[in-house]
Amino acid sequence: MKSVNELFAANDNHEDWIPLIELAAREVFELMLNCRLTVLKTAEATALEITSMVGLAGKLCGVLSVRCGRRAGALMASKMLGVPLEKVGPEVSDALGEIANMVAGNFKNKISGLSEGCMLSPPTVITGTDYDLHSRADSPALEINLLFEGMPIVISLQINS
Amino acid sequence: MAIRALIVDDSSVMRKIVERSLLQAGLEMSQVFQAGNGAEALAVLEENRVDLILCDINMPVMDGLEFIKRLPEVENAKDVPVVMITTEGSEAHVVQALSCGARGYIRKPFTPEQVKEHILPVLADRS
Repeated sequence: MKSVNELFAANDNHEDWIPLIELAAREVFELMLNCRLTVLKTAEATALEITSMVGLAGKLCGVLSVRCGRRAGALMASKMLGVPLEKVGPEVSDALGEIANMVAGNFKNKISGLSEGCMLSPPTVITGTDYDLHSRADSPALEINLLFEGMPIVISLQINS
Repeated sequence: MAIRALIVDDSSVMRKIVERSLLQAGLEMSQVFQAGNGAEALAVLEENRVDLILCDINMPVMDGLEFIKRLPEVENAKDVPVVMITTEGSEAHVVQALSCGARGYIRKPFTPEQVKEHILPVLADRS
């Protein structure tokens, strides 16, 4: 396990963190939703109407977000709750919030020194696509395109160093 | 023997997942109480006796660490074992939780098997 200082020093763009974010996401989906994510080589032009965000503050400042479509969000909630898809209701936002929270927490736990020095905010979930997100991030977002049950999801980390 | 459990987490989805994990671990539960933060949990315990508490750390109003520090104030809850279930995974958090009185520590994400591994010894110690 590399330390946070080693990882900060190794790469100003933090590209080394992409595999860790991907691993953190894979573990959350495998353990909590019992399904495997696959890598999507190129981003699909699909409307991702649900955005779940968790802020990070401390040794690492930024925002980790999970974006997906409505059907993917409902299916995630269905799998987390263990109920049929048609019985999922307003729990989708709560479920997506927990997923972002667990991915962010699992990611920071993989970097020595970051876990205890970085706090997570409560999750915020936005539904819809007609918005602009302004953050203090000063480097390009680390973005991973994945497929969940054949549907695209995007996990990104915007860092404010 | 059937147990009464209290699950404390600000996510209702996570509370349901924890309850399901307890069932999948083979625990027989006569009653499951839920609370969205530490203050709600203390209110539940003022009125009810439980055998086991599973508690998140990061919650609004009253977090999990403050909650377990306040537990001895509640007559019904003085000797009830608490197991933390949280995304906070550092050794510092584990040590802090255990020093506050937690009897176990489960990191999210988790499997029902991990829940079983942590809960059964805690319940065995109690009986």
